[in-house]
Amino acid sequence: MSVVEVRHLAVGYDGREVLRDVSLSVAAGDVVAVLGANGSGKSTLIRTILGLVPLRRGEIDLFGVAQRRFRRWERIGYVPQRLGAGSGVPATVGEVVASGRLARRGVFRFPGSKDKAAVREALTAVGLLDRIGDPVTTLSGGQQQRTLIARALAGEPDLLVLDEPNAGVDAASQEAFAAALTRFAGAGGTILLVLHELGPLRPLIGRTVVVHDGRIAYQGAPPEPAGHHAEPGHEHVHPHADEAKPAICEWAPTDGTKAY
Amino acid sequence: MDLLTLPFMQYALVAAVIIGLAAPSLGIYLVQRRLSLIGDGIGHVALTGVGVGLLTGNSPVLTAVLVATAGAVGVELIRERGRTSGDLALAMLFYGGIAGGVLLVGLSDGAGNSNLMQYLFGSLLTTSPEDLALIGGLGAAVLAAMLVFRPALFALCNDEEYARVSGLPVRTLNLLLAVTTAVTVTIAMRTVGLLLVSALMVVPVAAAQQVTRGFRSTMTLAMLIGVLAAVAGILLSAEVNTAPGATIVLLALAAFVATAVGGALARRFRRDRERPPAATEPPDVVLHV
Repeated sequence: MSVVEVRHLAVGYDGREVLRDVSLSVAAGDVVAVLGANGSGKSTLIRTILGLVPLRRGEIDLFGVAQRRFRRWERIGYVPQRLGAGSGVPATVGEVVASGRLARRGVFRFPGSKDKAAVREALTAVGLLDRIGDPVTTLSGGQQQRTLIARALAGEPDLLVLDEPNAGVDAASQEAFAAALTRFAGAGGTILLVLHELGPLRPLIGRTVVVHDGRIAYQGAPPEPAGHHAEPGHEHVHPHADEAKPAICEWAPTDGTKAY
Repeated sequence: MDLLTLPFMQYALVAAVIIGLAAPSLGIYLVQRRLSLIGDGIGHVALTGVGVGLLTGNSPVLTAVLVATAGAVGVELIRERGRTSGDLALAMLFYGGIAGGVLLVGLSDGAGNSNLMQYLFGSLLTTSPEDLALIGGLGAAVLAAMLVFRPALFALCNDEEYARVSGLPVRTLNLLLAVTTAVTVTIAMRTVGLLLVSALMVVPVAAAQQVTRGFRSTMTLAMLIGVLAAVAGILLSAEVNTAPGATIVLLALAAFVATAVGGALARRFRRDRERPPAATEPPDVVLHV
């Protein structure tokens, strides 16, 4: 069954079209990475799929139901780029992760032992169980990212949607992260994620979708790294904005010279 | 203390307990959302409600609840819709509220500056048994809503987009916060006054978070500080004949100074005792020269 189905999607802000005629299908068990330069519209694509950005034209189905009528949000675990703006007031790692249970539990029920067990299990999966009682602000950027993954995992979703989970994350956290996602995918979970570079998640990715200038420029198998890009431990650092554009046009999975 | 045998003192104390608990329990969500000043604005709007009540001969508390609620819902709709124009719209709403209030209170019979002052800064003598019933009922409702919906409201205030993707009724919860803000402002008006009510929502939270680690513990401690400041402030103001609202707020601020200093000392003490290991994570980049 199709988990996410996007047909002829168009999205715009204040008269400017950010996405044009985008179609995308994610089947159960797929691991799909959306790649693209900054400003290409890749984040807008997944935010529109989640209903955070209104669409202008086209259709989106989630688990076979039109997005407007979709109610089973507990099936989706969303991992934003960073911890919400909310703050000043301290919150523990456990409290933030417990928010992930709300979709499943509902607003009116108090958390039970099952909810608490799910929170501990999700924190174990990202290697942060020992920090459950610490304020999230005392964590490193990478650990905060892992907390957000744990929040999504705590809801026991069928689909994980991640928005640049590796942006500015230390190597140790990237590994913990890749391990958690591999386990999730191994258990039959579906993953849709926006990435700036494949990095340690590369072995996990089944399909890549490249967004360029509001359209899908390429869909297919992830490229094989070649040249110095293939060296172990290589971290690809992109020059941004202008220089990234020709890179995408040049780039094709067959020529195998550019790792994205 | 023979003061406690006086009925008006008893009313004032009961009202102080209710408000001391309810105001910080709501205020913590406003602080988390960076809307610490919203209570102040709604207080301005509520003054128009007081004027309407005095002019029409209805209970000022009741009319203030209604007008403040309408104002708070309006603020929420403005906030939801946009960003840039919202700021100016709020300013106009708030100043319109206080100007309307001053005008209407002035027009009502037998009104003078003292009448206006007791709504703006609170007064010990003005809580009637009828007011107390209204304050008690509404205060209990606010407190219950803030405690029962804590997980959902925490999720909303911590990360609104995540709450939306979780399928939470975001709009309903936002309106719940708006309405409870209006209600809290109004029921606290008799005790601390409309111009100081926001302080009782925010200052106990600011004080509590100096020494707490989690949201739940911050909420509990803020409510404790709120109720202690409110009760002590009423007793002290009766004893030394000061304005109750100002006394309560200054006590809450004293609690903030105490926890800020205490928290800093405790952190320093802990650091000295157990020098933590250096960086727990390896650096991202190692430069080989």
